[in-house]
Amino acid sequence: MGAYDELVRKYERQIFRIAQHITQNREDAEDVMQDAFLKAYEKLDQFQGNSKFYTWLVRIAVNESLMRLRKRRTGKMVSIDEDLETEEGSVPRDLADWAPDPEQNFNQAELAEILRKTIQGLPHGFRVVFVLRDVDGLSTEETAETLGLSVPAVKSRLLRARLQLRERLSRYFKKKTAPALAEKQRS
Amino acid sequence: MTCTEFLAMIDDVIDDEAIAANTRVEIQAHLHSCGHCEVVLNTTRKTIEIYRCHEVYELPTEVSERLHAVIRERCSKRC
Repeated sequence: MGAYDELVRKYERQIFRIAQHITQNREDAEDVMQDAFLKAYEKLDQFQGNSKFYTWLVRIAVNESLMRLRKRRTGKMVSIDEDLETEEGSVPRDLADWAPDPEQNFNQAELAEILRKTIQGLPHGFRVVFVLRDVDGLSTEETAETLGLSVPAVKSRLLRARLQLRERLSRYFKKKTAPALAEKQRS
Repeated sequence: MTCTEFLAMIDDVIDDEAIAANTRVEIQAHLHSCGHCEVVLNTTRKTIEIYRCHEVYELPTEVSERLHAVIRERCSKRC
């Protein structure tokens, strides 16, 4: 029990984060996290030594999160593949450079809101790949194994997720023309 | 190298994947001459850095405490 408690402490933040990113709901994320850790505890003996505990746990959490979404949508099928047909962000449109350290222009609460709003706009099949690869630091192969996707599918989703996030953040972070400078240029 | 060709490789550049030496030279030459692609590369890197450094969903202490309580209760029944 003590050893399992340690494992829970090690991974609870990441599992909560992934569940929140998929379900977009605090209560569901808490339920998913509890269910995932309890299921993992009950199936510890089935844990295959050749697959890392963390990727195995994430797989359980992703499946539980998708089930929660399905419940909220009254039984409508929910998969990691939906809403991915958008071409938005595939070609960068906003090409203005960003201010140096643009996050410094916002306080913590404002920045958190911007980052949340921005990533929420992505389909969950992109969000989860971005979070596993770029925030959690899983490799492409681990992400593919965890989500039951091919390596090329993970690469394609990651590219589009990164470009879409960049495009959306540009609205907040790009360099602003100083009013005095703009005035001078006009005259 | 065109902008489209560069964009197709941008993840490999960001992730520092193995890229053939001659392709690497072409990428550097393209970035040197194309300000737009340089901006896209730098701001995409910054996007990743910002999300890595700022937690979007903090785990509330009370949620963590409830989790540990549930696990302790379940384990005490089973163990």
